[in-house]
Amino acid sequence: MDSTILTLVTFSPILGTLILIFLPGKRIKAIRWTALLTSIVTFAISLLLLSLFDPNDPDLQLVIRLPWIRIAEWTIEYHLGVDGLSLLLVLLTTFLTPIAILSSWAAIEERVKEFMVFFLLLEVGMIGVFLAQDLFLFYIFWEFTLVPMYFLIGIWGGSRRMYAAIKFFLYTMAGSVLMLLAIIWLALQGGTFSVPELIAQGGIPENIQTWLFLAFAAAFAIKVPMWPLHSWLPDAHVEAPTAASVILAGVMLKMGTYGFLRFNIPLFPNAAVRFAPWMALFAVIGILYGAAVSYAQKDAKKLVAYSSVSHLGFVVLGLFALNAQGIQGGILQMVNHGLSTGALFLIVGMIYERRHTRELDAFGGLWKVMPIYAVITLIVTLSSMGLPGLNGFVGEFAILLGAFGSPAINSAWFAGFATLGVILAAVYMLNMFQKMFLGRIDKDENKALLDLNVREIITLVPILMLIFWIGLYPKPFFNLMAPSVEKVLAVIQTATIAVR
Amino acid sequence: MNGAATRDLFALAPLIIAFPIMGLVINLFIGRRLSERWVGTIASAAVGLSFVTALLQFAALQNTPDGIRVMVADWISIGTLNISWALKIDSLSVAMSLMVAGVSTLIHIYAIGYMHEDVRLQGDPGRFTRFFIYFNLFVAAMMILITADNYLMMFVGWEGVGLCSYLLIGFWYEKGKDGIGNAIAGKKAFITNRIGDFGFLIAMFLIFWTFGSLQFDEVFQSAEGAGTTVLTLITLFLLLGVTGKSAQIPLFVWLPDAMAGPTPVSALIHAATMVTAGIYLIVRSSVLFALAPATSNLVALIGAVTALLAASIAVAQFDIKRVLAYSTISQLGFMVAAVGLGAYVAGIFHLIAHAFFKALLFLSSGSVIQGVERGLHDSGQTNHETFDPQDMRNMGGLRSRMKITFWVYLIGGLALAGIPPLAGFFSKDEILADASENSTLIYILLTLAAILTAFYIGRQIFMVFFGEPKSEAAAHAKENPPIMTVPLLALAVLAAFGGILNLPTLQSLSKWLQLTLEQVQHTEFNVLVALLSFVFALAGLAVAWRVYGSQRDAADPMRRFLGPLFDLWENKYRVDEFYDWLFIKRYKALAFTLAEIVDWRFLHDWVHDTLLARTFQRSTRWLAEGFDLQVIDGAANNLARLIQGIASRLRTLQTGYVRNYALSIFFGLLILMSYILIQFSS
Repeated sequence: MDSTILTLVTFSPILGTLILIFLPGKRIKAIRWTALLTSIVTFAISLLLLSLFDPNDPDLQLVIRLPWIRIAEWTIEYHLGVDGLSLLLVLLTTFLTPIAILSSWAAIEERVKEFMVFFLLLEVGMIGVFLAQDLFLFYIFWEFTLVPMYFLIGIWGGSRRMYAAIKFFLYTMAGSVLMLLAIIWLALQGGTFSVPELIAQGGIPENIQTWLFLAFAAAFAIKVPMWPLHSWLPDAHVEAPTAASVILAGVMLKMGTYGFLRFNIPLFPNAAVRFAPWMALFAVIGILYGAAVSYAQKDAKKLVAYSSVSHLGFVVLGLFALNAQGIQGGILQMVNHGLSTGALFLIVGMIYERRHTRELDAFGGLWKVMPIYAVITLIVTLSSMGLPGLNGFVGEFAILLGAFGSPAINSAWFAGFATLGVILAAVYMLNMFQKMFLGRIDKDENKALLDLNVREIITLVPILMLIFWIGLYPKPFFNLMAPSVEKVLAVIQTATIAVR
Repeated sequence: MNGAATRDLFALAPLIIAFPIMGLVINLFIGRRLSERWVGTIASAAVGLSFVTALLQFAALQNTPDGIRVMVADWISIGTLNISWALKIDSLSVAMSLMVAGVSTLIHIYAIGYMHEDVRLQGDPGRFTRFFIYFNLFVAAMMILITADNYLMMFVGWEGVGLCSYLLIGFWYEKGKDGIGNAIAGKKAFITNRIGDFGFLIAMFLIFWTFGSLQFDEVFQSAEGAGTTVLTLITLFLLLGVTGKSAQIPLFVWLPDAMAGPTPVSALIHAATMVTAGIYLIVRSSVLFALAPATSNLVALIGAVTALLAASIAVAQFDIKRVLAYSTISQLGFMVAAVGLGAYVAGIFHLIAHAFFKALLFLSSGSVIQGVERGLHDSGQTNHETFDPQDMRNMGGLRSRMKITFWVYLIGGLALAGIPPLAGFFSKDEILADASENSTLIYILLTLAAILTAFYIGRQIFMVFFGEPKSEAAAHAKENPPIMTVPLLALAVLAAFGGILNLPTLQSLSKWLQLTLEQVQHTEFNVLVALLSFVFALAGLAVAWRVYGSQRDAADPMRRFLGPLFDLWENKYRVDEFYDWLFIKRYKALAFTLAEIVDWRFLHDWVHDTLLARTFQRSTRWLAEGFDLQVIDGAANNLARLIQGIASRLRTLQTGYVRNYALSIFFGLLILMSYILIQFSS
């Protein structure tokens, strides 16, 4: 069990796709249920994984490692492993996928079979990204996720879907090329593609670390996306179908921040310390810029999309604080953002299905006709703007606290300005809430809107429960990651002392 | 009482918070199916039980005067950061809890009657339950704020009460100016408070990195070891938080707008309890403020200037609740000035006394408003849309029509003006006595504010209750039912006799708070100051009587007398307009510039679509037309040799392993797909 669980969790969605392929395309109901059940089974397996995970062990666990491809003296391995840095992200993926599938129940009516196949393949890719411990295997999963997402946007998207899909693909690809070069260099020098081995070897000269750091960062910064590389994001989100947006924002953006944490920081610790103030600078610009630009949006989905630039700025700031508070807060905030922004995209999707518009000015006073929808949106809004007692606050507070006193960032000003983002978040989120739900209900189209149905409530309630849980009692979540984060910090410690 | 019994009582402390939460959960899930009476009873009982629990803590403290820390659960624990859900039960937190729970209970009961009427007047009876859910949530958050044993948990309550304030100001979210005014007022309150919360957050970061903890006891124990600079910074940022929550300069602007909420909300949240949180924060952190004299002086100055400024605005308002709102800001200024001077007990004393008489005044004003609204209804007039039942120019002569309301209003008003032996006299006098000893400037500012206070409350009482009715509605106004008047009477008793808490020479509250606070000044009762302030109060009332006592028309005589100054006061010194011009307009312009020009036209359209995409297309065209035709074709002659060379290298790739082929297929696909994509895009 121990050595197969990771393979199982990664590839179990494939089984679903095999069934789907043999189902006739007209049996839409069966197709939807198959996809949903597959993703639920995957989630169940991931919970099993959680039960097998030893939170006190900082190292990779449940490792499976088999030689895969030999090229001269280099071996590419099938090497999966999980630790505190990746476990929560795997769970986030398996948790959000069934929710996203359920959200597409009514929205996707054409080519349902293909949609579900791509969706499950996407899940395989994402889990693989978080579990792969071989640089090459990681790269393959990383690139592989692009393909299903490309089709999800390109086929089921809005009116400018091709433009958005291609832009999404090319941007990510462009960053990845540099990362591939860096991967090859690492393997040539280190003689292995194994991430833990490379980290253990260490000792990459500082000037080379700089270049490798930048090459990896190119891929990850585009993915996050960090300011000013975010130009693909609003297009992709506006055009993507709801379910794809949920996964794109909920999980795929975290592939970037996760990449920083898994590769950039421990592989190139000296460069990470050196670049920390710069990363913090761009993160803070992203926080404030994303918040201001969000405020000016007229389209609800675009507003949420830009808010991701702001929120992920917090995550990057936390990670490059390079202390326990910052990094743990950063990891938790990845989860938090997945939950709250995922929920926000679901929420925007729900009103879009009813009104076929996302213009904020088209709404107003919806609380009166859709009270359940309004209350749920309010809770998610508050979570997103970091109200204490809900999940977002715990992550944001830890990040800001960490960054404020971080020796690596070495200036409280970054955290100070980032804290202004907390005010601005209230501005744009409350503005959106007001425009949608408060005031008189003065447009005829809105007067007869139906409140959420049972299926829609089911998609949101699990997220709400986690919003409260993490907000009030985040201890179990921090416990899962703490030892592994300590280990990363130890790597930095050793490397920086060696230099001195 | 033995030790074990005391411990058992302390173990009950979390119920102070838990009862209101239970109340709201019950109403949230089954409130829809219950009658209004039940909903209101459950909510009031929940708060009443919270009050009882606080009383038990009071009893337990008699045995263990130092107080105790009641651990509930771990919260956030990362590295050296350890924060718990834990309660600090000591004389300060218990005094506050008793006041909050006690006043809350009375206001909850009053609200059963008030909201019954209000939801019908506003045309949505279904919202009755929601009101009490929010109300209980507020009490829970306030109790978290008060009983927290560390700054972060206090911050939970701090923002929690802000949320409730937002929800309750915008309770009638489809009402107000243009149907959105109330919602905007709520948003304004939340965001202004968040600016203050920014200060609170930064202060916490500084505290943590200075002291390694956010727990009160641990911080205060090592406070003396910290440098003056960092302590000054910490307290300054805390002060920013205080100005937000307690509506002081420069962040006071949200409170007057907050009157958009139903009147019980104004009484409970925006007068008696929430807005005093800032004063509580300073008193709780008195150890830090005492070590930062520069900040303390600034605190006192801000309080005193706010007190005078707000009092002057109150003189020129016509909305019955707005007068009280500015009065609240002004009275909060008195408290802030007191704690700035180091008179922590006087600050808390006035806080409690003010809670009694200001809650009384607000609730009575609610009684007046509903009386007038009912009068409007009974008089058969149909100008519901244009008639403003809160405008004092529409009132007058209510003394005989709403007798109970009049008498309790009078008690509240005289207490506010500082007429002995009512509560406000003793508490305000203590502040003035402290000021007279410590700072002449502060004393003068506060005395001027006190004179204006007597004048504006006199003006209000005379405009509302005396003279002739100035509208049909006022002429037909009727007294409210006992569910509203009984809590009024109870509060009137408190407002009348609240001074007993800390009578000169007896000093019961001082002694009680001394158990917690180290720096308690003993200010002797100053007969001269007391006499002077009494004379000033009488003078203010007398002038008000002279001007408004027998006024017949709606025009304000003071407008003629004061001229442009009156206009300036009526327009609240145009601070709102100034902020709007300085901050809101700028931010909007900046946001739209960033979004439209920088992000969209420059980054999105120009950099991406023009620069990147077109350059790419041009270079591919060049490759296709220039490079490909000439160079590659030219090389065609060498093709044979090329292929031979490649083939010999490719041979090494034929390893016979399927996985290697799989990999090359994958890459082939990738390349193919990129090619297709590029074709699509061009």
